Amino acid sequence: MAEKTTALKQAFSEALLTVTNMEELEKIRVEYLGKKGLVTELMQEMKYLSPEEKKVFGQAVNVLKNEVNDAITQKREELKQKEIELENSRMPVFDLSMPPVLDRGSYHPITLVQRQCEEVFRSMGFAIEDYSEIVTDYECFEALNIPKNHPARDMQDTYYLDNGQLLKSHTSAAQNAIYKKYKDALYNEGKPINAIFPGRCFRNEATDACHENTFFQMEGVMVDKNISISNLIFFMKTMLSEVFQKDIKVRLRPGFFPFVEPGFELDISCLICGGEGCPSCKHSGWLELCPCGMIHPEVLKAGGIDPEEYTGFAFGLGLTRLAMMKYGVKDIRDLNSGSLKSLAQFTDDK
Amino acid sequence: MILSMNWISDFVDLSGLDKLDLIAKFSLSTAEVENEIYQKGSDLSGIVVAEIKSVEDHPESKKLHLLKVDIGESELVDVVCGAPNVRVGMKTAFAKLGAQIGDITITPRKLAGYTSNGMCCSEKELGLSDNNDGIMDICEDVALGTDLKDIYQIDDIIFEVDNKSLTNRPDLWGHYGIAREFAAIAGRELKPLPVADLKAYENLPKVDLKIEDTLCQRYSCLQFGNISKHVSPMNMRIRLYYCGMRGLNFLADLTNYLMLEMGQPMHAFDSRKVEKIRIKRFDKPFKFQTLDGVEREIDEETLMICNDNTPVAIAGIMGGLDSEIVESTSTLTLESATFDASSIRKSTVRLAHRTDASMRYEKCLDPEMTVVAIARFVKLLTEIDPGATVVSSLTDEYPYHYDTVSLSFEKAFVDKYTGINIDSATIEKTLKALGFDVTVAGDSFSVTVPSWRATKDVTMKADIIEEITRIYGYDNFDINTAAVPLYPVRAAQEKSDEDRIKDILVKRYSLHELHSYVWAYYDEYKALGIEVEDNINLVSSVNPNIKTIRKSIVPTQLCQVKYNTGYSTDFGVFEIGRVVEGLKDDGLCNERKKLCITLYSKTKEMETLYFELRDMLAVICDDLKHESISFQTKEATHSYQHPKNLNTIYLGGKELGEMGIVNATVSKKIDKKANIVYAEIDITDFSEIKNKSIQYQEASKFPEIEIDLSFVSDTYQPIANAITNADCPLIKNVKIVDTYTDEAGKSITLRILFSHPERTLTKEEVLQVVNGIVDELDGKNIKLKNGLPM
Repeated sequence: MAEKTTALKQAFSEALLTVTNMEELEKIRVEYLGKKGLVTELMQEMKYLSPEEKKVFGQAVNVLKNEVNDAITQKREELKQKEIELENSRMPVFDLSMPPVLDRGSYHPITLVQRQCEEVFRSMGFAIEDYSEIVTDYECFEALNIPKNHPARDMQDTYYLDNGQLLKSHTSAAQNAIYKKYKDALYNEGKPINAIFPGRCFRNEATDACHENTFFQMEGVMVDKNISISNLIFFMKTMLSEVFQKDIKVRLRPGFFPFVEPGFELDISCLICGGEGCPSCKHSGWLELCPCGMIHPEVLKAGGIDPEEYTGFAFGLGLTRLAMMKYGVKDIRDLNSGSLKSLAQFTDDK
Repeated sequence: MILSMNWISDFVDLSGLDKLDLIAKFSLSTAEVENEIYQKGSDLSGIVVAEIKSVEDHPESKKLHLLKVDIGESELVDVVCGAPNVRVGMKTAFAKLGAQIGDITITPRKLAGYTSNGMCCSEKELGLSDNNDGIMDICEDVALGTDLKDIYQIDDIIFEVDNKSLTNRPDLWGHYGIAREFAAIAGRELKPLPVADLKAYENLPKVDLKIEDTLCQRYSCLQFGNISKHVSPMNMRIRLYYCGMRGLNFLADLTNYLMLEMGQPMHAFDSRKVEKIRIKRFDKPFKFQTLDGVEREIDEETLMICNDNTPVAIAGIMGGLDSEIVESTSTLTLESATFDASSIRKSTVRLAHRTDASMRYEKCLDPEMTVVAIARFVKLLTEIDPGATVVSSLTDEYPYHYDTVSLSFEKAFVDKYTGINIDSATIEKTLKALGFDVTVAGDSFSVTVPSWRATKDVTMKADIIEEITRIYGYDNFDINTAAVPLYPVRAAQEKSDEDRIKDILVKRYSLHELHSYVWAYYDEYKALGIEVEDNINLVSSVNPNIKTIRKSIVPTQLCQVKYNTGYSTDFGVFEIGRVVEGLKDDGLCNERKKLCITLYSKTKEMETLYFELRDMLAVICDDLKHESISFQTKEATHSYQHPKNLNTIYLGGKELGEMGIVNATVSKKIDKKANIVYAEIDITDFSEIKNKSIQYQEASKFPEIEIDLSFVSDTYQPIANAITNADCPLIKNVKIVDTYTDEAGKSITLRILFSHPERTLTKEEVLQVVNGIVDELDGKNIKLKNGLPM
């Protein structure tokens, strides 16, 4: 009987060697260990043996059975491993040199510079206000110390509407409403008025690469008991340095605007040449950027604030101009063109 | 305005100072100087006075002459000259060999066979005037060979000030006022203006003058006779030329010179034509020929200078052709006046004719100047033409006086306004230098504003601050942050909603933000078949295509989509912008802020695109407000709306806007193959909706039960209603897992998730709820498809 087990084992070992996949392995398992398998059949033969022989043969068959079982288990593991290896080897190597598909959306460049400016002023405690685009003559002119027939009204060609209102020609048109909104807190709680108000403005003029009838400004005001010219210069310099992310030199020149006194034109050191002089600053080293000044006493009065007690400064930053300078936009008309070829480039700019 | 440094230096001694540096300071303290500064005469050298000793005709040229000229050296010089006015004995300007005229160096040069050893020059060739009629004719009695620069003020620094920066400064429209600024900036003394004493003529007869209109503030005049000079002195002509003024005749030059020197426009009439000066307006419009030969329409609002009832000049703007000085004029009447500034400005606009005079009058000139200007005129006239005589006494009507402006302030006021400490002595010195009358008592200042600043410019204390600080120099300021109390600043809801909407659309949906104009685009709308709907209109526009304000962003955005069709097969754009929805009850525009989104696709089915847009809106609403969006079909009313799938958008029970498909007529014109959908919501209404805060629900630790149900139904709405009506707290989530259409019609499969926070659910209680829903739907003839799953 011992030959039988040896022969069976020999046959199994040889058969196992030919196995290359799970199906074949399962076939062999059934052939040997199945209910009618060869090992099982060998067990059947025990019933013809003596008790001593049974003991010896039984043990031998059990050993064989275990050996076959173990060999199959081992083979199964091997096959699994091979399958994984095969699967791994089938994985292609990807071509990272293919350009990425970004499919990004975009912000309007005005949104980006506006957010940068807002962030600077928000960090300094300024409220951000919004205002309508259509305003009254009072808001745009009279409340700003620009009475009817004042030559300053000639300086801005205004779009008047047939109901007597107008498209605001400057963000200063919001000043009066801002003062009225905050003056009670100023008087009763001592809260200074710190606010910026970005907005869209309109001038009735023909458009070309440097002129647009629709553009953005950002007005800012600060009113309290002791606001001074010194403070004005500080805030302008700080804000502009933050916006441009470098130390900006500023200088003030007298400028005439009816709603400020004294009024200034603020120049910044040329961003291209740093003040040495280059074509973009017409070799002067300076760029005219932003009118500003101390709020005219009549303007404070119109907003319900006593100019004897309070002073303040105001400035009007050209957001459109700033966006053009910052991103090197040469034709102002690109901004309202709606052209995705131009505008989809402004994906983000934090 | 163009300025001459020589002219300024007539009135303030600036010797020893760097003139360019002073001009830079002037730009920072007074008014903006243009970048180009001209060093006149710097490219001119070697030009001397020469006398023509002989003139011979050139044998081969009709134009050329052969001259021998004496330049004060031992030998005469041979010169070939083409000027028509050469004559023996004439003194002229001569460019010697080696002389420099601009880029040209004078060298011996052959002209038609003869060598010219130098060049006789015209005034224009030397850049001294625009006279190119012939070579210079020098009348001055000077030695031959004298350098031209020794007799004429050729070397000068010329700079230009931006007129816009002088709008509020009537005193700066002449060199004398500018010189006052330079004096204050340089800390030098301003010299008094040399004038004649008009008292000398007191006994002469007056001019017949009557102001009959309140628009004339002051009218001063004087008559002259016996004027023999016709050509202005060279130095005067050089200055006028350098300052951009065309040389005319002596009298015209002199009035122009006075205007450039003092800022006071003057006009000379032929006295024969103005025997009775009357200043008034006319009842009816009429035609009037001005001295430039143009016939102009004069209306009832325009102030005229008249000879009795005959108009002779448009006040403050231009004289008439008929009363102009001519060869035969023996006596002239000189006008020096001031008129109401805004009337002059409006007349200028109506006539569409702006002159050097009107430009000055618009600025509110100082009426005190009229007589001083006449006295200055007399001084210059009699110096240049000693034979000229004054034949009338000063005639001066002065009905309108500006109030004297006196202001008092404390030093503390200056400190508060400036934020720095400018000492009292500096304040006093600065104001005095600018012509203010100043009295100081301790820290208190009392000032009287000089008349030339008191017409409108300086009226209050804040104006004084500017005078002090601009001369002090803003570059010299210490700069400091403000000492103000700190309070929290809350961002406005609308602002924060806008920012977040933009972020969602750009970052999550890859949309592009665009800006469009607030008015309808006539041509573009027409091309797309979109009607321009009636709305508020602009009264005037330089561009006739800009007229009606838009009611909705959708049409302008569709124009932009059309413009971008070549950009990509699929894109989405959005804008947060303004529209006007007619007028409110108070007559003001009902301006609204809207979010408009348009999606364009050549690859997606209309339904897919439409749902993409719907989900964007739902995400915005859920993200910002934690609130579910809902829709209600509505009828199309605008040309761009598709009749189907037009829905009103609701949020929290509030109507927010609409979502729809672009009408095929319009969409085919944009792109035949693309699907286009849009939505527009009112941002202000949206931001007024309160943000529901998140209600945390603890996750159940017990097994949940999921049940899939399929109903045959064209729409989900009744199923959603049935689930809502079941009002079962065990329902935690409902999801659509499939929709399909077969012979039974459209079916919707949904998966309902049941769970209880504290225990395991029983089949029975879940089935009870499900049966309730199924029964309700069955009652509405919406059948369950495949029976209950459990």
